[in-house]
Amino acid sequence: MERRLSPVLVTFLLLGIALLYVPMVVLIAYSFNASPLVSVWGGFSLAWYARLAHNRQILDAAWLSLRIGVIASTGAVILGTLAAIALVRFTRFRGRFMLTAMVNAPLVMPEIITGITQLLLFISMLHVIGWPHRGALTIIIAHIAFCTSYVTITVQSRLQSADRSIEEAAMDLGAGPVGAFVDTTLPIIAPALVSSWLLCLTLSLDDLVISSLVSGPGASTLPMVIYSKVKLGVTPDINALASLIICVVGVCVIVAGVAMRRTERRQNAERRLAGADP
Amino acid sequence: MNDAATRAPNGPAPRHRLAHWFARHGKWLIILPPLTYLFVFFLVPFVFALKISFADLALRVPPFTDILTMSPDHHIHLSLNLGNFRYLFTDDVYGLSYLYSLRTAFFSTLVCLVIGYPMAYAIARASKSAQNVLLLIIILPFWTSFLLRVYALEGIISDNGLLNTVLLWFGVIHRPLQIMQTTVAVYLGIIYTYLPFMILPLFATLEKLDLSLLEAAADLGSPPWRSFLDVTLPLSIPGVIAGSMLVFIPAIGEFVIPSLLGGPDNLMIGRVLWDEFFGNRDWPVAAAVSIVFLVFLVGPIALYQHYSVKQMEG
Repeated sequence: MERRLSPVLVTFLLLGIALLYVPMVVLIAYSFNASPLVSVWGGFSLAWYARLAHNRQILDAAWLSLRIGVIASTGAVILGTLAAIALVRFTRFRGRFMLTAMVNAPLVMPEIITGITQLLLFISMLHVIGWPHRGALTIIIAHIAFCTSYVTITVQSRLQSADRSIEEAAMDLGAGPVGAFVDTTLPIIAPALVSSWLLCLTLSLDDLVISSLVSGPGASTLPMVIYSKVKLGVTPDINALASLIICVVGVCVIVAGVAMRRTERRQNAERRLAGADP
Repeated sequence: MNDAATRAPNGPAPRHRLAHWFARHGKWLIILPPLTYLFVFFLVPFVFALKISFADLALRVPPFTDILTMSPDHHIHLSLNLGNFRYLFTDDVYGLSYLYSLRTAFFSTLVCLVIGYPMAYAIARASKSAQNVLLLIIILPFWTSFLLRVYALEGIISDNGLLNTVLLWFGVIHRPLQIMQTTVAVYLGIIYTYLPFMILPLFATLEKLDLSLLEAAADLGSPPWRSFLDVTLPLSIPGVIAGSMLVFIPAIGEFVIPSLLGGPDNLMIGRVLWDEFFGNRDWPVAAAVSIVFLVFLVGPIALYQHYSVKQMEG
């Protein structure tokens, strides 16, 4: 059932969306400004992008961030999916309350607290068992910990809506529980796995506070480099970098969104054809 | 099946015993990895922080004393140093920054709610196809870098940024407004970056709202604003609380926004903690600040958990 929206509401919505987007659009526009001063338009230029390509510090940091991001999001998707299965499928087990709490708390926990406490753990561990040394490894461990929550929340809601009877049918037909899950439910939650992997990647690539706290000397991720450059002052090459990141992420999210909607629609259509849906 | 046929005379075959073990305990293979990982790397760190908050600063590696020591005659000594906590309550800076952070987070959450509620309401009432596009538009900033969005805001509100340029050009003001390095900039930063977190849970509850209730209210002669106050608003309270907590709690501990947009004397607790760590290197005090901070957060976090779990389970 559709109801018409009042013009006031529509105006409000559009203004809100403008609030979200104007700063990013302006940033992208500035990145093509030939003049290094933001207040002066010095003509169209790609100079900052060219300079970016030769900035070793930024390129190295981006490469490190990317490697950390890929490893951390893969780890988080594995752990987060297991946690989601545990929470949806096993309604009663010892530690369920703790798992629920530990999955939800990182979403709201201020990063600075998570980071400081994890750093204190790593220092104590290094002192006692001689592992892990601070650097990329500790960043990965910390990122997996907070990314797991996002995966669990995403996969959990998808699992809850998944039709369990197909999996039960597969088991009736002789498949083992693992085989039945892999053959029937896994394809249904696959889009959630992909989207949460991507979400973890962007969260990991973006994290400044936790990375700075748990990292050791020598491991500078991209946000750490960006932050220190922005803190120092005018940075037209950061405008170029930021625009690149915003555009790449934007295109990826839109493509992924459309692709996922299509998969979902196809799956629903197939299920309707199979008569699984009333 | 043919269990009886394959079973050896003296008890189940090893293969079966294995299958039996899996059927009974297999679920722990799924539960234990995430439970253990989060326990070790999310929960245990708080225990360590608590331990270190009772330690003394020491000139060694790691730079604090052990609170448990073994004397040569094998007696374990526990030395709790409450000085760090006493220090927190004697030095005004911590109390002030807690209060200041609470106030900043509270008012920015309020503004987010006031802006976010009508937006979520409009999206929830839009047609299905418009809804998908609008949601994508709201979620997109959430995917793009938080740090870069704070930086982008700087381009709008800085002395020679877009806002001042436009206002000067129209002759509304004659001198650039000083927004950067002020409290207003911190508010704007939080509102701008956290708005999507407010809208999404609100949308989730408003979308599920049973419209026939509103029709019933209208049939009974209730004007739209009364139906909103009597029906829509009370039913959307879980979303209001989940969204508010999703903004409020991280905003209290926000570091990036006050550091990049606020003035050098901005006293957000996240920033004080950061300085304690990287500036003074006084880890026991930083641990104590985190612990006290966490104690204040337990209530709001529990509230958030309660409502988000409720929303999750239906």
